[in-house]
Amino acid sequence: MKFEVTVEISRREGILDPEGTEIERVVPALGYTNVTGVRMGRTMRLVVDAADEAAANDQVDEMCRRLLANPVIEDYRISLSALETA
Amino acid sequence: MTARIGVVLFPGTNCEHDIVHAVTRMGAEAEILFHDRHDLGGADAVVIPGGFAHGDYLRTGAIARFSPIMEAVRRHAAAAGPVVGICNGFQVLCEAGMLPGALQKNAGLRFVCAPVRLRVETTASVLTSAAEPGQVLRIPVNHFEGNYVCDRATLERLRADDRVVLRYLDNPNGSLDDIAGICDEGRNVVGLMPHPERASESILGSTDGVVLLRSLLDAAGAAGAVNATVPASGSASGSMPVVAGSR
Repeated sequence: MKFEVTVEISRREGILDPEGTEIERVVPALGYTNVTGVRMGRTMRLVVDAADEAAANDQVDEMCRRLLANPVIEDYRISLSALETA
Repeated sequence: MTARIGVVLFPGTNCEHDIVHAVTRMGAEAEILFHDRHDLGGADAVVIPGGFAHGDYLRTGAIARFSPIMEAVRRHAAAAGPVVGICNGFQVLCEAGMLPGALQKNAGLRFVCAPVRLRVETTASVLTSAAEPGQVLRIPVNHFEGNYVCDRATLERLRADDRVVLRYLDNPNGSLDDIAGICDEGRNVVGLMPHPERASESILGSTDGVVLLRSLLDAAGAAGAVNATVPASGSASGSMPVVAGSR
């Protein structure tokens, strides 16, 4: 069964986010003075063929720990949805 | 015995010839080791030089650690062989789990390319054995991701074990505890952001990197002497002693 997986990777709380900080610093120049908490991250989308959702989730979780994220500085969030097959 | 230095080349590495030039000038032999090799060609010490291994894709150093040569580097380190990662090489060693922590983007999002002053914090490492404790060196840095970070427990361990090898006097990148370089528990794996090879002759503006390279060549010479007395292990790496298991 195929699952469409989205992995969101962001810097861990307490880890400096110079890009987010810089974006937050310039946004008021456009007149948006009500924006705080800007965090920069990245998103990966992949398709995983697995027995069920739990298996797909476990595999992607392991991939995150081993490669996709660096647990020293990054957190990740996995979301999955079953891909319709014709 | 002439020290033999293996210089690892990943796609995107760009400081390999600088290292080869600097160490051969000091009397060592150097060989560039392409990333798809499974052995170190009999090198006594390994340098992972600066650059942008695998284009810094995903994260700096993240892809390089899967290269075949990294297994040989790991075996060499496990057998107490000297391994030094400079700049991008430091990032590779962290991603490979051979050194703790990580290197994130510089504070202030500033690419830093300038000579910096460093203090030698310990001489108990393969990169600083020939230096004086507290010696101040002027060596260039050239990086965007040199801001060292680790968790509190790791930092406490690094301090307690005297594993911070070099500190910045004027922190250029926001690095935690002014850390410019660290070593592993065996003190034979060292990572640092500054480039000693770019401060290795007077025409470059500083020769302060020589004492670090000299230390490495001394360690390589010692490792070479040991290798010469150890019978070949029968592995693909030939003369390298191989220790089973990883740390």
